[in-house]
Amino acid sequence: MSDTFFTAAPHWTWWIIFYFFIGGIAGAAFLLASLLHLFAQPTDRPLARLGYYVAFIGAVVSGLLLTLDLNRPLRFWHMLIESNTGAPMFKSWVPMSVGSWGLLLFGLFAFLAALAALGEDRSDIKLLNSAPVRLLRRRGPSAIIAVLGSIFGLFLAGYTGVLLAVSNRPIWADSTLLGLLFLVSAASTGAAALILLAHWRRAGHPESLAWLSWFDQRVLLAELLVLVVFLVSLGSVAQVFLSWWGLLLLIGVVGVGILWPLLLARQHRTHARRELIRGASLVLIGGFLLRVVVLLSSEQIHVIGSGVTTP
Amino acid sequence: MPEAMGFYTDTTVCIGCKACEVACKEWNQLPARNGGQIEMSGDSYDNTQRLDGIHWRHVKFVEQFSEERTDGRWLMMSDVCKHCVNAPCLEICPTGAIIRTEFDTVVIQSDTCNGCRACIAACPFGVIDINDVSNVAQKCTLCYDRLQVGLEPACSKACPTDSIRFGPIRELKQQAETRVQQLHQLGEKRAHLYGADDKILGGLNSFYLLVDEPEVYGLPRSPRMPTRNLLPASLFSTAGAVLLALLGMVGLRKRRMDEHVSPQDQADV
Repeated sequence: MSDTFFTAAPHWTWWIIFYFFIGGIAGAAFLLASLLHLFAQPTDRPLARLGYYVAFIGAVVSGLLLTLDLNRPLRFWHMLIESNTGAPMFKSWVPMSVGSWGLLLFGLFAFLAALAALGEDRSDIKLLNSAPVRLLRRRGPSAIIAVLGSIFGLFLAGYTGVLLAVSNRPIWADSTLLGLLFLVSAASTGAAALILLAHWRRAGHPESLAWLSWFDQRVLLAELLVLVVFLVSLGSVAQVFLSWWGLLLLIGVVGVGILWPLLLARQHRTHARRELIRGASLVLIGGFLLRVVVLLSSEQIHVIGSGVTTP
Repeated sequence: MPEAMGFYTDTTVCIGCKACEVACKEWNQLPARNGGQIEMSGDSYDNTQRLDGIHWRHVKFVEQFSEERTDGRWLMMSDVCKHCVNAPCLEICPTGAIIRTEFDTVVIQSDTCNGCRACIAACPFGVIDINDVSNVAQKCTLCYDRLQVGLEPACSKACPTDSIRFGPIRELKQQAETRVQQLHQLGEKRAHLYGADDKILGGLNSFYLLVDEPEVYGLPRSPRMPTRNLLPASLFSTAGAVLLALLGMVGLRKRRMDEHVSPQDQADV
């Protein structure tokens, strides 16, 4: 039995599951928006702006979810400032500490990018046409925001898995691939969320959506590969998934969230809108279930008496 | 500076009386579970079941009986925070709430902890949990308040068989080694020390004399620091991040190339 089984569960459940899901979407949405912003054409601008909005809203919601998960939410600032000295609180070797600063800085860049996007969308509003907002929209500053925000966005999408790995809990600490798995899953759910929102807001040019779909299909294949390697890397601990959690992983994450969308994309190479929407919805469901399975299957294992309880 | 202090627990003389549990609860004013309503676990005489935010001492009962119950033995062990020399909880706490004291013990400062629960996931022994009254993570402080005024921790003071011994780690190790030799001479060859040397997390300032494998007592054989995974996990994620960004760029470039090629193709046709 792995040494990780003799530990206690940290009760990271629904607030954290939603944070991992939404934070991942926000980080990936910023990256995709930045790529469209920096390397694509004017017809892609509406989708880029949508990506920046998603990133900013996702960053705000992420912060709220993390705060709500604390047993003492009013002490959230202890993550950033030493409560007794007032000095900055930062531990470079602690993912939760680095993540707190990373989310804050990502939120800052997402805010600036969303403000510039809003200035472009609603230039009729005086405040959004002011000199500082116009400065944000200029090529140089906006490129810097896009690049730095993308780095922090990718960090946000992946550090959550590293945070779990840097523990002593079963499944999480039994592999070093969880960060990569969450990152790739964040990329697929981020693209799927943008496809859905673009459809809802009628914001995406068909060519932009085609690129997103192309990207999502390849990321889904990568996700399947990383998931298999992750399970293999668990060794004997993978036996935990010989349970309902394994069934949910197989049917919900692999079947519904990866294989079905890939199948839909193969059947409809013309990217018919309805199939795009259906595929994107399935990817979101699968991405959410991945986090449910990873978090809750480990939560059920804990030391009790002189033994261990497993699912 | 005072020298390192801690516990040496000789499980062979533990009688399972739980005086340590009671003394700990009384001194540290820890509440009962379920508002004091009795809850039978069905697991031997163990009804508190685990260490957590309101149970800083826990007496484990291991029943080893043959199937027909003609032969058997009880193993009893009073479990507590190990006050590791390299403490995973202290290493991973993002707020700096967990500190090392002048006695080389590990203490959670309740006024700094914000209840993120990272320490719970980091502890290799399942020692820490949230105390529902204070709403922060709590565990044994090795009676830091008593140590500061020269008193012995409440649990070891109350132990009627001296199964729990308190003192300078250096002296406790000598006592423990002598006891192991004595047990070996008496024929109990399985007797060994757990955490007395520096192989487990640099040494445990609460170490044990066991007469079976660690797993039998619900203890991990070779617990490690959580940060062992930091570098490889970060490198895999960083490589993935670079590849994802490149994939997006390749997709956009491919689209542009296709757009340029298409009119040519049409002309050829």
